[in-house]
Order: sequence, then structure tokens, then C-alpha cells
Amino acid sequence: MRTATSTLDVERPRSLKAALAALARDATLAPMAGCTDLYVAVNFGTLDASRFLDLTAVDALRRITMREDVLVIGATATYSEIIRSRHVRKALPMLVEASRQIGGLQIQNRGTLGGNIANASPAGDSLPVLAAADAIVVLQNTLGERRVPLTEFYSGYRKSVRANEELITAIEVPRQHGAQWFRKVGTRAAQAISKIVMAGVRDMPPRIALGSVAATVVRATRTERALADGADIGEAARILGDEIHPIDDVRSTALYRRTVAMNLLRRFWADTMPA
Amino acid sequence: MNLTLNGAPVSVDAHPLKRLLDVLREECGLTGTKEGCGEGECGACTVLLDDQPVCACLIPWAQCEDRSVITIEGLGDAHPLQQAFMDEVGAQCGICTPGMVLTALSLGPNPSMERTKEGLAGNLCRCTGYEAIYRAIQSVQAHKAKR
Amino acid sequence: MHAVGTSVKRKDGIGKATGQTKYADDLQFAGMLYGRTVRATIPCGRLVGVRHDFDTTGFTICDHRDIPGRNLVSLIVDDQPCLVERDIRHVAEPVVLLAHEDRDALLAANVLLEYEEQAPVFDPTASQHVLKELLIEKGNLDRGFASADVIVEGTYRTGHQEHVYIETNGVVAVPEGDGVVVYGSIQCPFYVDRALRVMLGGQRHVRVVQTETGGGFGGKEEYPSMLACHAALLAIKSNRPVKIIYDRVEDMLATTKRHPSIIRHRTGVKSDGRITAMDVDVVIDGGAYVTLSPVVLSRGGIHAAGPYRCANTRIRGRAMFTNTPPNGAFRGFGAPQTQFAMEVHMQRIAETLQMDPVKLRERNALRPGDLTATGQKLRDDCSALQVLKEAVKRSGYRRKSKKYAGTNRGIGVALFFHGSGFTGSGELKLGSRAAVECTESGVRLLVSSTEIGQGTRTMHAQIVADALGIPYEQVEVAPVDTSIVPDSGPTVASRTCMVVGKILERASHELKEKLNGMAPAEYFRLRGAVRVDKQHVPPEWLRWDEERYRGDAYATYAWACDVAEVEMDRDTFEVRPIRITAVQDIGKAIHPALATGQVEGGTAQGVGFALIEQVVMKNGAMVNAQLTNYTIPTTLDTPAMDVVLLENPFPEGPFGAKGLGELPIDGPAPAIVNAIRSFGIDVREVPATPEVVMLAAQGSRPAVERHVDVLTYGAPVSASA
Repeated sequence: MRTATSTLDVERPRSLKAALAALARDATLAPMAGCTDLYVAVNFGTLDASRFLDLTAVDALRRITMREDVLVIGATATYSEIIRSRHVRKALPMLVEASRQIGGLQIQNRGTLGGNIANASPAGDSLPVLAAADAIVVLQNTLGERRVPLTEFYSGYRKSVRANEELITAIEVPRQHGAQWFRKVGTRAAQAISKIVMAGVRDMPPRIALGSVAATVVRATRTERALADGADIGEAARILGDEIHPIDDVRSTALYRRTVAMNLLRRFWADTMPA
Repeated sequence: MNLTLNGAPVSVDAHPLKRLLDVLREECGLTGTKEGCGEGECGACTVLLDDQPVCACLIPWAQCEDRSVITIEGLGDAHPLQQAFMDEVGAQCGICTPGMVLTALSLGPNPSMERTKEGLAGNLCRCTGYEAIYRAIQSVQAHKAKR
Repeated sequence: MHAVGTSVKRKDGIGKATGQTKYADDLQFAGMLYGRTVRATIPCGRLVGVRHDFDTTGFTICDHRDIPGRNLVSLIVDDQPCLVERDIRHVAEPVVLLAHEDRDALLAANVLLEYEEQAPVFDPTASQHVLKELLIEKGNLDRGFASADVIVEGTYRTGHQEHVYIETNGVVAVPEGDGVVVYGSIQCPFYVDRALRVMLGGQRHVRVVQTETGGGFGGKEEYPSMLACHAALLAIKSNRPVKIIYDRVEDMLATTKRHPSIIRHRTGVKSDGRITAMDVDVVIDGGAYVTLSPVVLSRGGIHAAGPYRCANTRIRGRAMFTNTPPNGAFRGFGAPQTQFAMEVHMQRIAETLQMDPVKLRERNALRPGDLTATGQKLRDDCSALQVLKEAVKRSGYRRKSKKYAGTNRGIGVALFFHGSGFTGSGELKLGSRAAVECTESGVRLLVSSTEIGQGTRTMHAQIVADALGIPYEQVEVAPVDTSIVPDSGPTVASRTCMVVGKILERASHELKEKLNGMAPAEYFRLRGAVRVDKQHVPPEWLRWDEERYRGDAYATYAWACDVAEVEMDRDTFEVRPIRITAVQDIGKAIHPALATGQVEGGTAQGVGFALIEQVVMKNGAMVNAQLTNYTIPTTLDTPAMDVVLLENPFPEGPFGAKGLGELPIDGPAPAIVNAIRSFGIDVREVPATPEVVMLAAQGSRPAVERHVDVLTYGAPVSASA
């Protein structure tokens, strides 16, 4: 344990209004919820904040509801809650699949969707799902709320457009058309950081998103366009290989990620072939 | 701060961001919950928070307020799973056993092999290769079935 | 006499499952301080300055000048300092020790080290510094090759492996007398005892007590000596108890790992598969200090020709120094590496000859009466053919080979063996001792063998109970405290049952004679205390020539055959092990459930070694030193296991028992890689990660080797072994 936790501060508001007010007062407060990533930093001594805003006492942020056709997932809904939710199972089954693979039960019981989004890791497992689903991030501050498509939420490696006094309060997912597909390749069968992760929706045009192949989650827009324009899958795979920018890192190699991304595209296309 | 610890209401004073793991082992003197990795990977620190398995190394103390925490000590020595782990050699060195037993407990009665494997994927064991752990869990079902 | 051979109730009680059993970090002492180690951050150079950039009030600070005896971690060769004096030879080498009662203050203490850097060496094939060399020769190699129809060559690689005992290294040192008592997670308390005496000097009082240990696998064989010396230094200087528990990152970064290897085979075979000549070259990377590398090389070398007969054999080995943290003992101790190479090479020989891999092994397997590579004549306890036949039959190998052809499933076989006990004259030199004594309730056995999960307490108690002819319940086991128990040698080398158990058996027989029909408790009440101490006696027929490396390398071997079935995802090159059939002859299963547990656990570690455990080194340091990035098998990564224990007894083992602890880890890696080879993918390395399988499937051997060498050594190696 490499952090002197006694030097840290936390506020624990009971309402969203109080949470937003706290952030307005002090924009250096770092929001916290499931802590499955934050406390790894605590354990390793790599925290870069020392004052925190604990959101877990704000019940309003945990709800999962349908608003007409739109699936609304509260920012602090846990993966376990997402897996159990009949709304999500019906409307966005690929998110259920992603949630099941995000880690063991212990992580699923604590990790939150809002946390995954805010953490802004290029390897975040839920992000390709949300990107492929054209999900919208709902941000609030004391002055009001705004909506940002997930595909426009990231501005660079671990950087988002969220202002310091804003909170992610929910993710809205429009009604999906077409088969949903998800595949994560980790360093082992379970509970692993992804080497490459891909989500797809066989709509027309198809929507395809990948993680761990660039500085942020990406939509393979050129590939989508090519497929919509009638390109064969081999050509589309070649385009995909071209439009992603994977790297070598401690878990895998650029060559592996590129090769496998292309293979997964082919698999997605074959698996979601209309009957 | 108030919470229910191993079935009893208690009030324990600790810094709100101290790890639950440390509060249990230090302020509460309950050393059955172990630290194996400090990153939520090994599951040796598993406790039940409102009956759900979680890694105590990743939980700030403040988030346990008014909730129920069950550690391995909360089972005493009374749960059949515990004896089964010893009899079937589901515990070799024993360091993963408290966490393993608690997660297994949360799977409910008669979990299928598939559910058992998925459910225990967050609890690492380096000694057994897991086979004897499955035998231990299944022996409790079998024992119950006999009665 | 019925405890032996039955899965009796274990001596451990229920404490492991209730959380009551105390491990090192669970111990508390009044006035205890916490310790921290400040380590070098460069791989090679000189320490030129140390600055304490913090308020040192309340701190105990130790460096090499505080060492009262010799600045040494005493093991085989006196080369590893306890604390850096001037020369730095690897990242994480310990320099300064701190202790304080407040862990936050300890954490905040900023110690600045200044260096003069020098050029490090990471490539073991280019290193000029030979740690140890080995040569085993038999017959006439040239003649052997001359009579071959085909010659098959190949180079095989294995990476580091990290133990990942779920309990990290940790000790508590407490001042006692004019010296210290050290409690800790320790496999070999007398190793620690000796290291402390050398470091403290002056005949000081030393006592070592093993705490319940959360896994060892060799990772707590030699390293705890270093850790105990550190804690003892701080404890003596501060006159307070000092606890040092490594967190996972420090443990992975700084402590020992399995030696990586590059092994080259050149084999002459007749077209009917008979091997006529074997030329093997083994290079292992020892890291910066000697530690146990000579013995790893020795065992690895002796096993390098596999369980096969060949009249003309040459095995050359070298352990090389590099500027990386010293590598050390890990279950198998050289044999997993060399037998991986041998068994994958056998597969390639079979492929070259277009011969059934099982038939090839049958043709060449050692039989009773055959000579091993060191010229040891095997006796009836040799079971190579039995385990091979049983595994092939039980797994349905032939039927499945046909069925799986052309699918994404594959099946592979590996035949292997493992020498029990210390090599050659090692056991004689150790002169291990064990004792049994009467108590008011029965009998107590005294050994320094440690329970580290494998069931030592139980298994020894079973042997003593049956040897004495008393109920198992009446046997208790003395706590492993060096002031109480005799030195039974280290808990390593698959010797705890076969060697130490045998000493206990002999001691028990002698005690039984003394008791002359009386129950032990009754004898104790009427006649007082009685204790029998016995020392190891090697089999009278054992002959070993240490100079020429010839003769009876081990008193006996355990034999095994693994058949692995895998499934490959062609999109991602992920290989999933589905089933392993493990047929293992261990002489006698003293406690069948514990023995099965050893096979299953060792098999799982072998699966990790085969597929997913990759240490990534950069600039001489492990860069994936956390469990998120160094992954061991979970419940979803391990195959179904079908374990069959055969019992072909070793007459001089207790109730016929051979060694067991390490055997199981020698087989899974080659069996799995041979299954991958059945897809036509030329893999010769472990871990056979998806990246490796992909490169191999794409057909470029140089690309595979380069990829693997960069991960293991930081750069491609300059020359194959």
C-alpha cells in the first residue's frame, strides 16, 4: 500500500444537487464511485488527486430505466446491475456481454459504467459497445446539462471534454436496429485487460467500434462506409487494418492487434449475416 | 461510522478513505481477510458487502456506512463449506481460502460447474489447479442431497 | 497399519478455512516497526552517493556499514551482498533499509541514490561471465551421428516464470537474547538460520520460526534469507520487532524467478525412430548472482535427454551472469525447461520421420536395465512405458488424433521424469536429520520440513503412525522452530516424503523397538522421555562421480506422461486447454487426495508456463510486475484434469514412495505445445501466447525468436545457444 490515505479528503453528498454544488465550489474534487481503478492507484501510490467526491450515496445516479425507446443507464450503475437489468438485456445485450467479461464477480459488483467512461482508458471494455451504439453521455453541472455523443467525448489519450465541474450522470442509448456483436481478447480467458476489444451492430450502415487500437476508443468510420457502399469483407478488412493505429505495449503487439482486428471484423460480418 | 459487521451492529472509527481491508485487519483485528495483490486481481481479500463478493483492497471505508460486511470470521467454523475445503483439499496453503469460501458462498446452493467456474474467476489459487475446490463445493451439495 | 494410502483427516485443522490460521503479516508484536527497502534503479554501475532527503527522527536506517558480520547472503557461493556497498549489478538490488512505527512516514521518506552507470549485459548468449558450466558425456557422439539416417536440429526457448504464491514474501524479526528470532514465510528455516549467523557474526543467538506459509514453489527457498537478514539488521539496530512484508509489485520486481533458457538439440535417428546420438546445449540466464544457478543447471542438464535411452549423448550446459535480478528455485528447477525442449524436439523428430509420436517414444523410452545419460542403470522402479501406455489409452490419444485432424482441436503428448531428492552426493552432504519422541498423548515428530500447502505435516504423521503401529491421531508434529527441530534439509527437490519421510520411518522403527510393545504415552508416563534421532543414509548401491558427472544422479525417478487437448481460435490464435490426462508414477501415494492435489496444482502451473505467463523485461527490470499484467490461470484458464496415480514402488522410499512435488510441472508445457504443433504451427517456445502462435502460423521462425527474445532479454540474442 503506497499511499498515505490519511492525507486524502472525501466529500460524500446524498443528492445530485449537493454533488454538483460541491464540484462548483471546488472543481479539483475528483469524482469516485466503484473505485476499481482509483484504488489500484491508491495501492500503487500513483494517485494524481487528493480530494475526492464520492458519488455512491447518490441513489439517483444508479438507476437503469427506459424513457420511451431510449435506454438510460445511471452513471453509477454497476456492471452486476447492468447484467441483471431486463432493460439492458433487451435493448443492449452486447453491453451485458461486455459487463460479464470486465473482471471477476468482485469487479462486476463494484465497477460502474460512468467510471469506465470517465476513466477514459483506450482499453475500457464498455466503450466500444457504447460507441457502436451511438450512445450519448449526459453531463451536468449546477447550471444545467448537456449531451455529448460518446464518439465525440474523447479528445485524446485519457482526455475527455468533461469540464472539471461537470459530472457524468447518465448514458443514453437510442434504440438499436440490427444484430449486436461483442468480442474481447484479453491476456487470458477471464478477468483480463483487453488486448483488443470490438463491438459491432449490423445495421445499415453497420457500426463498428474498437478499443485498444488507438489512443481512444474509435469508430471504424471508413470501414463502415466501405461496407455500406457494398465493398466485400476482404476489402473492408484491409481498410480496417489501415484505419486503426495499434501499438506494441506490455500486453501485446501492433501486428497482433491489427491482424486480429481484421479477423474479428470478418467474424462479426459472418456471425451477423442476416438469415 | 456505523455498519453491520459479521451480523452485529458496530461503530468503528477510521479515516473514510482507508481501505476496508486495512480497517478489518487493524481497527477490527480480523486478520482472516488477506492482501495478495493490492489491485483487485487475486480475490484473497474478498468479503461480502451486502452479501455480494467484493475486493476489500479496493473499497474506501466510507462506502461501508450502514451496510453489511461479512468476513470469513463471520462464518465461525460452522459452515459446511469450510470443512469441505479441508476434507477435499480445496485448501492447500490456505491463503486464498477465506476469499474463495466467501465467493463460493455467494453462489448460493447447488451452483452448476459452469456457474462455479465463472463465479470463482476472480479468486486466484496457485496451489490446487482449482479441481479440488470444485470437489469441495460439490461435496457440500452432495452431502445436502443425501440428507 | 492403515494411515498410509488413505486420505486421512489433515493435521492442519480447520484454521485455513476459518481465517484463524496466522500468516506472517497477521503477526503483531508490541512496539513493532515496519520496514522498507530502498533499491537500486539501474541495472549496472556504482553507487556514488546516498542522501536522506527527509526528517530522520524516529527512523532506524541501515546500510552495509551496519552489518556486524559479513555483508553476504550465505548460500552456495559467497557472492551476493546483503546490502550494496558500491557495485550495483541489477535493478532492485537492496541498498538502504528503513524502519519506522508509522507506515505513512515510512512511505514518505525520500532516499536519493546517486550512480555512475555502466553498460549492462542482458543477453545470456553474449555474456562473458560464466556462472557455471556442465558437461555430461556418454559413448561416442561422432559414431552415433555417423550411424544415423536422419539428423534433426532445433532450438527451443522458455521464458522466466514468476511464482505468484498468493502470500508474498514477508518476515518479522524480533530481538531475542543477544541476537534475533525471525518469524516468516519460509521454506527452508535452516538456510535462513545459517544466513543470519553469517551476516550477524559473533556467535549471536539466532532462531528461525516458520509461520504458516501461503505458497512457496521454490520462491521461498533462498530469497527469505535475504529478507530475514534485512529485518534482523533493523531489529537489532532499533531493538524493536521489525516487520517487512513485500507488496506484490516489489515481490515480482525484486525476488527470484525461473531461469529462462535457450536449448539447442541435434539428434541422430534411424528411420525406424531409434535415437543414435544426442547433442544438447543448454544456456540458462542466472541473473546477477550465483544463488542456486549451478544446481538448476545441474538438474536441468541431467534431465535434458529426457526419459530416453541413447548410447551416445553429450549434454553441455552453461549458466550465465546477466545484469538482472538473480533467478532461483522454482518447482522443477531446470527440468521443466530442458524437458520442454526434449519433448518438443521429439515431436519434431516424429514429424520429420512421419512417425507416430507415441511409437517414437515407445521405441526410445528408458526401461529397467537401461543406462541414463549419466550412466545410471535403472532398476525396476523405472516406469516410462507404463505411464506412456496408460496415458495414451486413457486419453484416447490415437482416436482423438484422427478425429481432431483438420479441426480447431489438437492433442499432444509428453513423456517425462523427475529425479527425487538432491542430485548425486547432495543428500549425503546434507546429512538430514529427523526425530520422533514420546509425549504424554502419543508421539511427536520433529523435522525442519515445512508445510507450504503440500501436506507435509499430514504425510509425515501418516508415515510415523504406520511405522510405529499406532493410531494416526496420536501423532503430532513439532512446530518448525530451529531451536526445537533438527535440520532435515530444505523443503525442496521432491525430497520431503521420500528422503525425510524415510528418516522418520527409520526413527520410528527404532522407537518401536525401544517401546517393546508399550504404547508411547504409557512409556512416557512410566519411563519418562525418549527420543530417537536419525540421519539420512543413502542407498548403499548409490555411486556418483561429482568430477565426471557420472553415475547414480538420483536414488530414483518418478515417471509421467501428460496428454493435452486444446482448442484454438483461428481468429485470435488463442489456445484454450480443454483437458489434460496426467498419468504419474510416484511410487506410493501416502495420502491420495494430497498427492492428487500436487499433480493438479503442478499441472495448472505448467499450463500457465505453457500459455499465458510472460515476464516482460526492459532494461533489466520486469515491466509487468503486477497481477493485472502478469497473468496466472483462473478457473476459466485451467483444463479439466484427469489424474491417474500409478504406484511402482521405490524399495528404499517410505512405503515405496518416490518424490512427487515437482514432477507434475514438467509435462504440461510440451504436451500443450505438441498439441499446437498438430495444427501444423511450428511453435518451439513458451509461453506460447497468441502473439507467438500468430507469428509461428505466419511461418517466420526468426520473427518468433526475435519476439520472444525481446520480451525475455530486452533485445534479440546475439547467437543461438
